[in-house]
Amino acid sequence: MTSVGVNVPRKEAPNKVTGRARYTRDLCQPGTLYGLLVPAHVAHARIRAVETSAAKGLDGVKAVITGDDVSFLTGDVIEDHPPLARGKVRYWGEPIALVVARDAATAQRAANLVRLHCDPLPVVNSVAEALSEHAPLVHDEVGSYTIATPPAAPRRHSNIADEANVTKGDCDQALRESDVVVTVHVSLPQIDHAAMEPRVATAEILADGRVLVVSSSQAPFEVQKLLAQYFHLHPGQIEVTAPLVGGAFGGKATVQLEILAYLASRAVGGHVVTLANSREVDMATSPVGMGLEADVVLGAASDGRLKAARLTFYLDIGAYADSAPRIARAIAAQCTGPYRVDHLHADVYAVYTNHTYTTAFRGFGHMPMTFAIERAMDELARKLGQDPLDLRQLNALAPGDLSPTKARLTSSNLGNLPETIQRLKPLIGWTGGAPYAVAPHRVRVQGVAAFWKTSSSPPNATSGAIVTMNADGSVNLSIGAVEFGAGTKTAAAQILAEALRIPVSRVFIRDEVSTATAPEHWKTVASLSTYMVGRAVLDAAQDVVRQLKSLAAVVLRCAPEDLDYGNETVFVRDDPTIQLKYADLALGYQYPEGDSIGGQIIGRGRFMIRHLNLLDQETGHGRPGPAWTVGVQAVEVEYDTETHQYQILKAATVLDAGRVINPAMAHGQVRGGMAMGLGIASREQIRYGPQGEFLSNQFRTYKVLRMGEQPDTYLVEFVTNPQVDAPFGARPLGEHGVLAIGAALANALSRASGLALNALPLTPEFIWQQRRTMA
Amino acid sequence: MNIFRGPSTLVLTINGERRKVVVEPHETLLDLLRSPQVGLTGAKPGCENGDCGACTILLNQKPAKSCMMFAVDAEGQDLVTVEGLVDAPVQRAFLDHFAFQCGYCTSGFLMAAQALLLTIPHPDPHQITEWLRSNICRCTSYEEILQAVREASER
Repeated sequence: MTSVGVNVPRKEAPNKVTGRARYTRDLCQPGTLYGLLVPAHVAHARIRAVETSAAKGLDGVKAVITGDDVSFLTGDVIEDHPPLARGKVRYWGEPIALVVARDAATAQRAANLVRLHCDPLPVVNSVAEALSEHAPLVHDEVGSYTIATPPAAPRRHSNIADEANVTKGDCDQALRESDVVVTVHVSLPQIDHAAMEPRVATAEILADGRVLVVSSSQAPFEVQKLLAQYFHLHPGQIEVTAPLVGGAFGGKATVQLEILAYLASRAVGGHVVTLANSREVDMATSPVGMGLEADVVLGAASDGRLKAARLTFYLDIGAYADSAPRIARAIAAQCTGPYRVDHLHADVYAVYTNHTYTTAFRGFGHMPMTFAIERAMDELARKLGQDPLDLRQLNALAPGDLSPTKARLTSSNLGNLPETIQRLKPLIGWTGGAPYAVAPHRVRVQGVAAFWKTSSSPPNATSGAIVTMNADGSVNLSIGAVEFGAGTKTAAAQILAEALRIPVSRVFIRDEVSTATAPEHWKTVASLSTYMVGRAVLDAAQDVVRQLKSLAAVVLRCAPEDLDYGNETVFVRDDPTIQLKYADLALGYQYPEGDSIGGQIIGRGRFMIRHLNLLDQETGHGRPGPAWTVGVQAVEVEYDTETHQYQILKAATVLDAGRVINPAMAHGQVRGGMAMGLGIASREQIRYGPQGEFLSNQFRTYKVLRMGEQPDTYLVEFVTNPQVDAPFGARPLGEHGVLAIGAALANALSRASGLALNALPLTPEFIWQQRRTMA
Repeated sequence: MNIFRGPSTLVLTINGERRKVVVEPHETLLDLLRSPQVGLTGAKPGCENGDCGACTILLNQKPAKSCMMFAVDAEGQDLVTVEGLVDAPVQRAFLDHFAFQCGYCTSGFLMAAQALLLTIPHPDPHQITEWLRSNICRCTSYEEILQAVREASER
């Protein structure tokens, strides 16, 4: 291997250190008009009127549109979401109008003149309020909305947008027979993706009917599909371009601004309109990550072996469903964590509230789910007096077991959790998890947690690759996956280079994706791109090699089977001096006499994941993803028992990565995930006021980790049991660093403080309050 | 105190070049730099509130958040944006340490680091942390950035 397993720098890296990398907002055409959303400053109200006459009268204002001008509903799964508030406002920050003006300042002046006349309604400000008897309904229409992408199971006259269940064995009986039972209630706030690039979309409708959209999207093909659907256009009319994206974390996989930008352009005769979120709008108006209330009951035998689990998850999905039904099913499908539990009942409810609506967040529900399970596992270890790592190893799912949804697990589709646990112990210097004093009222303690995750992608997700050869034998690679920092493009180039036996520098790949020229790629999500794109790239590489050999065979007067390739040549296997350069074949072969054969080498490849299906609504059985990446994480903290402040000394992850395509990028992905997970666990929280006011719409009120707050030491190691159907055996790992590190922190601090810390964020103030409540 | 009611012309130095530009009174320095008039999009809008540092530039060799300053206040000043860095050690160090992923915050971090190294050529880790706390990166673990700046200071 010369290109795979090597620390190849990102293809676009030189542009990123010189300011030359271009993101959506950096591409400004002359004549662009400016759109601006007008957010509601009420969380729940019936709209009497949105008054726009003063705004429309302002010099330079081109159009002002409101919910009255847009009659259709949007939604990936459940069509419950008006692009602009219509009839009701359902969350603080929901857009009530869209202003289009000559310049940004005029748009802002006009936005300030828009007036909302409304009758406030009682606010559903938490999951508990949403589920209470006689709760106000966020949607009067639940149950009558169109379900665009089944399954979803909304409950009429309630705030339950959807529910998913998984059942296995006899949970009640097994709990009764358990020697030890632990019950944990977990409470996690909504969080924000806080990608450094706020979301932005530009749209233009050309005179010939073509629609050009440029967007900071993880899912340009989804944008194309949904715009075609909502506006009754042919998909081919719509060209969506996704330039480099400035961080995404799931928050840019949904479609929101693109619809609004199209509406804005349509309102001004098709002129190009750009719609860029301010940070405040990006946080309060565009979707965030869901909150969770969960009840976990685990039953175990006296030796620690799990017997039963009863799990109830209530997701605070906010005002609209978006991806929540998919996330609910992802949580259901992996609800036990990476542990064997034969008797199981899990219910997952997606609950509407008057909070900002939510979408995918790094881990697709697995991070909050993991927090709940791993807190319960640690409480179980504590109750049993068992080493928390031993307890996890004892219960680890193994090849031959069935997943909660009865998918068969194999040594290929399941990583090796026991091996990661064994590797973690020396890595962190495992002490067993008991706190020990290091100074007066200062203790050190370690905490651990394990994770697993699969993709939960739709069974028909597709990917493709096109390879064209240049005159000198180098190649251009076209894929539909977006580059938002995960290094997907570089990994794809490495895979192609390896397969064609050429240096990575001979593979050229564009920064941006255009739906008009790139082969379809479902969405750049779920840590799947290296797997899906990589398989398509390998398929395309085979096609290239086949074409090179068949053309060379004619010229060299041999059978294609006689030929091998390498060093940018095709040669006769038993006499490599008989050879042709890739360059001689790239655009067809020209004989010395001038006549030519062949034509350009153009490889095409494609991939679909096999054997996936949707979970059965009754039993929850099904196969939710191609494989499960597993791993274990740990932290070592020093905790002050008087002030409840703490410092994270070490943070560690051991993950079964199969084979690592690019070690430096893989380590960076995992470490970055750990930093994000520790930020979420220690300080991040969207706060709402008593009337549902969104209070955390800036980095002053929504605190993320800054330099100096990261752990003193990051420890990341990979074990390498290949996933045999993945490119070179590489397992997904993009999201995974975030999954269990917060739970590990909560476990450490629970041990250090003697409290059960089952809520986030773990601020010293929160720990102090828990102590007071206990006292 | 000057009162600006309409467009005004000002002269300033951007990346070593003296330039005359026309600005509206409400335009921030970040707006001006990114406008078609100047066309330097390396400085990024991340919060336009001084919180994230993605728009950091050098203003007379010191780090400045260009979103927090009106363009008219830059009259006569010396500005350097990320486009004005030429083979700075810190750029090489960011490449070598994989000190970015999405890259959106990178220009700001580079300029904050550059300002630090101009002011304190050999900072200790504590000083690096103090200076770079002004900026936010959501992708990396900060460890990579810290290492890169340390190495750049040793070159």
